[in-house]
Amino acid sequence: MRGEETALMQATAAEQIASGWLERQHFSVWSNEDRAAFEAWLSQSPSHEVAYLRLEAAWSRTERLAALRTSVPEHADIPTMQRQAMLGGLVAAFIAVILVGLGAGILLSGPGEKTYATALGARQIIHLADGSQIDLNTDTVLHTTFGAHQRIVVLEKGEAYFQVKHDASRPFTVIAGSHRMTDLGTKFLVHRADANLEVAVVEGLVRFEAADGLDKSPGMLRPGDTAVATANSILIVRKSTTQLANELSWRKGVLVFDHTTLAEAADQINRYNGKKLIIADADAGRLMIGGTFPVNNVKAIAEAAQDSFGLRIENRGDEIVISR
Amino acid sequence: MVDTPQTGHDAANPRHPDADPALLEARAWFVREVLPLESVLVQFLHHSWRNPNDIADLRQEVYVRVYEAARKQIPHPAKPFVFAIARNLLIDLIRREHIIPIGAASDWETLNVTTDEPGPDRNVIARDELGRLQAALDRLPPRCREAVILGRIETLSRREIARRMGVSEATVTEHLTKGMRALANILYSEPADLRRKP
Repeated sequence: MRGEETALMQATAAEQIASGWLERQHFSVWSNEDRAAFEAWLSQSPSHEVAYLRLEAAWSRTERLAALRTSVPEHADIPTMQRQAMLGGLVAAFIAVILVGLGAGILLSGPGEKTYATALGARQIIHLADGSQIDLNTDTVLHTTFGAHQRIVVLEKGEAYFQVKHDASRPFTVIAGSHRMTDLGTKFLVHRADANLEVAVVEGLVRFEAADGLDKSPGMLRPGDTAVATANSILIVRKSTTQLANELSWRKGVLVFDHTTLAEAADQINRYNGKKLIIADADAGRLMIGGTFPVNNVKAIAEAAQDSFGLRIENRGDEIVISR
Repeated sequence: MVDTPQTGHDAANPRHPDADPALLEARAWFVREVLPLESVLVQFLHHSWRNPNDIADLRQEVYVRVYEAARKQIPHPAKPFVFAIARNLLIDLIRREHIIPIGAASDWETLNVTTDEPGPDRNVIARDELGRLQAALDRLPPRCREAVILGRIETLSRREIARRMGVSEATVTEHLTKGMRALANILYSEPADLRRKP
C-alpha cells in the first residue's frame, strides 16, 4: 500500500472533497480557475480519482430522475448556470431515456431518441449537446439515444463521421447491424451498406465488437485501422493518412480517386446521385482513374473516362452508360 | 438531444480533451466493470474484516490498486482481478499490523464470492433503473432529499434551492454533497435487493 499505514485514513476525506467538486461543477458557475484547481486535485492521487469517478458515476445515473418531473420546463426556463452545466456535457435534464434490450441491439424509442436522415446527395452536420459532432453523408439514417450514462447511435444505413467528445462515464456507442463500436476518445468513420460495414479510425481508439458468431473480433482499432465486416467475415486493413483523408473528402462535397477502378468510382458516385453511371463493359470497369470530382457531378467522371481512355458515353436521361 | 453548438465550456467533464486514451479507457472500464461489483466486494470485506468502520477505506484502497493496475493494462475479466486485489490487500494489512481477521486467510478462497458467475443481466438493470433510483432517493434524509430533488429533478440552481428551502447556499451545498455520497453508497455498495425497498 502506498503511504504505508496511513493510506487507509484518506478514503473518506477524498470522498468529501470529491463531492465538493462535483457539487460545484453542477450547481455553481465553473470557471477555468475552478477547472484547473480541480484537475490539479484530481491528478494528485489515484485515490482522488477513484473517489471522484465513483461519485460522478452515481450522480450521473440520477440524471434520469428528471423523468419523474411532472412538468417539462422549456429550455429558456432553466437557470443560466444550469444550462451551462448541460451544455458542458450533461444530457439535457428533460431527456429521460430508458434503454432496454441493448445487448440485443434493440432500442425502445423514448423521449430521448432522435432520428436524423439525409436525402440522396445531401450532407448534414449534427452538433450534439454533449459537444460531439456527427457528419452524415448521402442517403443516411441514424438514431441517437442519449441517456444518463450511455450515448447510443444506431446507424441504420449510410455513412457517418463521428467526432466524439469523450466522457468516460457515458460511453458513446455506435451500433450498425449486429456490430458495435465504442469510442474511447475518437474520430471515426462508419459506412454501412446492407450487411457490409466499414469502420475507419482517424484519431483515438475505437473498441469494435463484432456480431456474435464472428470469432475474430478485432477488439481495439487504432488510427489508420479500417475494419471491413461482412455478415460472416472481418478484415482489418491499414490505411494511410492520405487514404483516410480521401475517404472523408465527401465532407467537402468531393470524391477523391487515386488509382481507383472505374467500376468502383461509379459505385461511389452513384451513392450521391439519382442519375447513375453505368459501366456496360467489364474491361472498361477495370481501368484506373484518379482525380477529385464533385459528388453531384456524374457527368464529370464520364467525361474524364471519355477523354482519358476514349470510351463512349451515352446519356440516357436517368443514367449515363459508358462502353468501349 | 438538443442540437446545441459546442460551447467549449465543459463543466461536467473534467477529463482533459487531450487526455491519454489509455487513461480514458481505464476510467471508462472502472465505471463500467468495477463499480457494479461494489456490493459484492463490500460484502466480502465485511465478512473478512473485524472492524466495520474500516470497510469504506478498504474498499477505496482496493479501488486505488485496481485502478492503478488498469492504468497500465486493463485486466479481463474484471471480477477475479478485483477480488484477488482485495485478498492481497487484507493479507498485506494482516502481515503489517498483525491483525487477525475474522476468518483465517485460507477461508477466503472458499467464500461465496464466485468469480466467474455471469454478471447481473444488464437489460434487467436498465429496465429497473428508474425504480431503483427512486428507492435510493426515498432513503435520503428529508432535507437532503429535498435539496437533491430540487437540484436534480427540478434542475434548480444552488441559489434557487436555497431560496426554496429557506436556508443558506452553504447549507444547500452541505445537503447536496451529502446526498451525492449517500446516493453512491446506496447505488453501489448495497445489494440490489435492498436498494429496491422503498
